[in-house]
Amino acid sequence: MKLALLSDLHANRQATEAVWAHACRQGFDRLVMLGDYVDYGADPAWTVDFARARQQEGAVVLQGNHDEAAAGEGNHGLSEHVLPSLRWTREALSTEQRQWLGALPLSEQLDQCLAVHANARHPEEWAYVQGRVEAIDSLQATPCQYVVCGHMHEQALYHLTMTGKTGAFQPTSGVTIPLSAARRWLAVAGSVGQPRDGNPAAAYAMLDMTQGSITFFRIPYDHDTAARRIEQAGLPAFFAQRLRDGQ
Amino acid sequence: MDSELSPHAPGDAAPNWTLQPGAELDGFVLGERLHMGGMAVLWSVHRKGHTPQPDDLPLIMKVPRIKGGEDPTTIVGFEVEQMVMPMLHGPHVPAFVAKGDFTRQPYIVMERIPGDSLRARFDQAPLPPTEVADIGHRVAQALHALHRQNVVHLDIKPSNILFRPSGEAVLVDFGLSRHDHLPDLLEEEFALPMGTGPYMSPEQVQFVRNDPRSDLFALGVLLYHLTTGERPFGQPTSVSGLRKRLYTDPTPPRVHRPDTPPWLQEVILRCLEVDPAKRHQSAAQLAHDLLHPEQVVLTERAERMTTQGRLTTFKRWFKALGAEGEGQVSAGEQVARSPVIMVAVGTKTATPELDAKLLLTVRRILQIEPGARLACVSVMRVNRVGMDRLTDDQGRSLHVQQLVAIKHWARPLQQALDMDEQRLTFHVLEAPDTASALIEFANKNQVDHIVMGARGHSAMRRYLGSVSAQVVAEAGCSVTVVRV
Repeated sequence: MKLALLSDLHANRQATEAVWAHACRQGFDRLVMLGDYVDYGADPAWTVDFARARQQEGAVVLQGNHDEAAAGEGNHGLSEHVLPSLRWTREALSTEQRQWLGALPLSEQLDQCLAVHANARHPEEWAYVQGRVEAIDSLQATPCQYVVCGHMHEQALYHLTMTGKTGAFQPTSGVTIPLSAARRWLAVAGSVGQPRDGNPAAAYAMLDMTQGSITFFRIPYDHDTAARRIEQAGLPAFFAQRLRDGQ
Repeated sequence: MDSELSPHAPGDAAPNWTLQPGAELDGFVLGERLHMGGMAVLWSVHRKGHTPQPDDLPLIMKVPRIKGGEDPTTIVGFEVEQMVMPMLHGPHVPAFVAKGDFTRQPYIVMERIPGDSLRARFDQAPLPPTEVADIGHRVAQALHALHRQNVVHLDIKPSNILFRPSGEAVLVDFGLSRHDHLPDLLEEEFALPMGTGPYMSPEQVQFVRNDPRSDLFALGVLLYHLTTGERPFGQPTSVSGLRKRLYTDPTPPRVHRPDTPPWLQEVILRCLEVDPAKRHQSAAQLAHDLLHPEQVVLTERAERMTTQGRLTTFKRWFKALGAEGEGQVSAGEQVARSPVIMVAVGTKTATPELDAKLLLTVRRILQIEPGARLACVSVMRVNRVGMDRLTDDQGRSLHVQQLVAIKHWARPLQQALDMDEQRLTFHVLEAPDTASALIEFANKNQVDHIVMGARGHSAMRRYLGSVSAQVVAEAGCSVTVVRV
């Protein structure tokens, strides 16, 4: 089974469309959406409708911390400078859309793959997989051979042997990495709608469980339009600039 | 990877093989058992239900010998090989066919390279310098092909080198290799340096696993042994023994074997430099030296007859204490920053304008590629019929004249860029067909970029085709054609 892994769309329609078109050309068996459809970007209603449509077609659609925050009240632990976006996002969504976001599941298992937004140990606490220590913690929380997540906006691949040895790797776009069956793997798919590694291109990944391989992709998209939409929406300018800089 | 330093001794634990001649695995039928090493068993195999044809690719199956559940060297080495081998292509590696994973029976099916490994010839060292250079050149070409595919081998030694009947060196055993674009499964695995004691580079001893120049060091050890019959750093079995190469120079080959040509000693000792920055910067550049001994720039290394004094050794030992490897360069980056550029200089046909433009173009390229090496090449037309080589006095002097002419052409470059001699070589090729000679030179020397002039347009040229058009069409590398 081949899974398309899309995470952290962050209300970025242009990035989502580009990634979706690329993923469809690549072909896959099941779409897994790893959360954070809204906040930061200018098209939250569109990305929510996109995720709902995919869910109706059979995709796994999980909840992220920004989805939970947009569905609820209060600041949900988000820092002060991003709160204007959260308030604007709540306004931009219908009650029904917010209810849908609030009802999404936190994790799901597909064969040998556990999918979750933030981490596999305590998905509801939204702690980041920042490095090997957190990656091991997630891998030890499940017997699955693969854990896939988002939340961290940089793509990464971690592995763990039966003897507890671990390693971290920054993937290269488009290179298919064989995943040895002798160890377990945690993949951070990267962010479709708000990349932060200095490269504005949208990020996603394809996990092929039949072949035992993963391919990370970077997809260039019209980030100028996405940034302009943010400015036009009256959101703080740094949300627009970070799309241009990929920061 | 029969490392002398592997964390366990390759013992003779009970074989777990139900594998035997006639047994079948994933559509492959086992034939003869070809080899039983410490780490793996090699079987001849063929596809089930397939009547063997004479032009079939002969196949072998490599099966790791895993003893119990606690055999990290073998397991991880085999995982690495299973990851890396399917990514490789070309004549310098065995073609990958299939693999089986660890949930059932791990194996790799690959092309069988007939014949002995270099190991067999190794036992007959010392060998004549011309043979050493020939072997070295072929292995360096194979290494360059591997480095270009973003892989550092990290276990270059005679038993991992085979040759095709057509002459190309084939590298095998990628159990310690590092691929720039794949996770390094060995990164955290062992507390000891990984590699084979006699061949391990100083930076490998310091746990650096991504520098392609490590393979040039190992090749240097191999060439040293083939030349002298001795190992430059012995056969250390401890980490402190391995670390000695960080601060002691090898005995110069000429001490063991006084008839070692100075150029060969120069090349070998350059490979064995502790600092990777002092070695050849790419395997192609090393291959080039081994193919053109007359072009090797001789330094103090060439004539050296003694090793450093005790005080120097002490100073270097002190400096090496606790020193960690620096090399943070990947195979891909190192290859990219050390290209071989070739400029075709037309000594008779060029116009001053074209010459100047060609010079300017090459100069710009060298300015942005400070690690590049420039080969200035000129073709001297000889008749297809008649004399094969111009060996008479007249021919000799024509050859020299042409050499003088291309050196003169390159002089402004050399001055403007303050190029040391190691970055610049000159070649006059004698051939009936200019384009073919240029293309052949570029292939043989693994040239990355050809720069050449084209002489405008004319009706005649349109019908007959030009040299540059043929080079552009047939060369295996980038070509820049300069026009006035």
